[in-house]
Amino acid sequence: MATYNTNEFKAGLKVMLDGDPASIVENEFVKPGKGQAFSRVKIRNLKNGRVIERTFKSGDTIEAADVVDVDMQFLYSDEQFWHFMNPETFEQLAADKKAIGDNAKWLKEQGVCVITLWNGIPLTVEPPQTVTLKIVETDPGLKGDTSGGGGKPATLETGAVVRVPLFIQIGEMIKVNTRTGEYLSRA
Amino acid sequence: MKSDASGDWRPTAALEVLKRRARMLQQLRAFFSEHGVLEVETPILSCAGTPDPALASFATRYTGPLFPHGQTFYLHTSPEFSMKRLLAAGIGSIYQITKVFRDGEAGRWHNPEFTMLEWYRMGFDHHRLMDETGDLVTQLLRPSLRLETPERLTYREVFQRHVGIDPHTASTGDFAAIAKTHRLDVPHGMLAQSDHDVWRDLLLTHVVEPKLGQGRLTFIYDYPASQASLARIQPGNPPVAARFELYLNGIELANGFHELADADEQRTRFERQWHTRTANGLPVVPVDERLLAALAHGLPDCAGVALGFDRLVMLATGAHAIKDVIGFPIDRT
Repeated sequence: MATYNTNEFKAGLKVMLDGDPASIVENEFVKPGKGQAFSRVKIRNLKNGRVIERTFKSGDTIEAADVVDVDMQFLYSDEQFWHFMNPETFEQLAADKKAIGDNAKWLKEQGVCVITLWNGIPLTVEPPQTVTLKIVETDPGLKGDTSGGGGKPATLETGAVVRVPLFIQIGEMIKVNTRTGEYLSRA
Repeated sequence: MKSDASGDWRPTAALEVLKRRARMLQQLRAFFSEHGVLEVETPILSCAGTPDPALASFATRYTGPLFPHGQTFYLHTSPEFSMKRLLAAGIGSIYQITKVFRDGEAGRWHNPEFTMLEWYRMGFDHHRLMDETGDLVTQLLRPSLRLETPERLTYREVFQRHVGIDPHTASTGDFAAIAKTHRLDVPHGMLAQSDHDVWRDLLLTHVVEPKLGQGRLTFIYDYPASQASLARIQPGNPPVAARFELYLNGIELANGFHELADADEQRTRFERQWHTRTANGLPVVPVDERLLAALAHGLPDCAGVALGFDRLVMLATGAHAIKDVIGFPIDRT
């Protein structure tokens, strides 16, 4: 069983915390000049996303989590599972609804996502920061309005709904920031 | 992770901060010159090191004339031992600004090498030295920080005020209960921890310290005798160490003692620390016999204090991390 000691703590380190995989968010070295040193860490539970604070005595160890990030291409969804393929090894795997969460609405075939695997099972799926998607439904904008002020809702081919400027029409391709859900530009 | 090699050569501190730092060094020297305190230099390398289990010394080797077969030398963690040898020789009140070295310490408030200001005052006790430390720090932080009159509280008072227990008499069960009410997630191994000082340090660093030195300097004094280090112990119930620490904005800035002058007592404490090191599997460093000989010769009655100069610059400039006030922290050397 691999372990990490407090000297190895840093943001991004994947560890086991109370039986769940977790990722260190922040590590602060705390020490009175003449006393005991501590590592005061913020850790994100990768299963529920919650961040908790925990303190370790310097030199304490914690179990490492077999968590890796891999780039995988989205293939298709059968409603229950979302299927991905490693473009280099052609290895395929399926992520369940829990792992996909709200990100299902950004997934387009061929899109490359970062999949976090724990013991080989998808824990989370992160879509690309920017995706290019087609507008399938939106009200026709006011003619001559090119300012983009205000905007209107538009439904994208993946089902996501974003606010777009009034001049954007059905059938156009647009770029969207998946982290904020905001329209960026025409593609 | 790949670092951005192209910008890596640059200092992590802004040049303006480094200039302020230089001005503060000048102010320090002016202050001590006005107060008749002599600047001294003592060796960074020593054949002996501190046995304090809370401090880890760097070690290096010298080989050449005088030591043809090589000799291990320790980089000092503070200039205390050699400055005390000067005091025993009768030099009078002295100060030193020097780099000190501590293995295993890096973080927002720590760099393994940092600048320490240490000074000793003949005939002072720790209370008089607190007065002078307050004057010096207030002067150096002006005009960036306007501070109210310093406050002075005992170690017991700050614990009673901020965690509601008497740190001298509390049991490990009491400490654990308090940690729980403050929602401190304590590592499992520590629940079995019987050393009261580890519990005191946990509550001090996590709960008490952040509340100290808000808008004013806070001096804490009368430490548990078990944390006396090189301070003399005052009889009483319980006996307490004639030691103080200075805090500002929740940050530990300085540590001072009414200095222990008893060579036998000092040897006993070194031996106790030596046993703790052995028991905890820490490297054993040779005891500084020349310091003990100097104490046996006679250390004049004095008080001394060490102040983390980098942290003082951090407070003066509103810096977030120590790397913002030193040009090249350990990972940029």
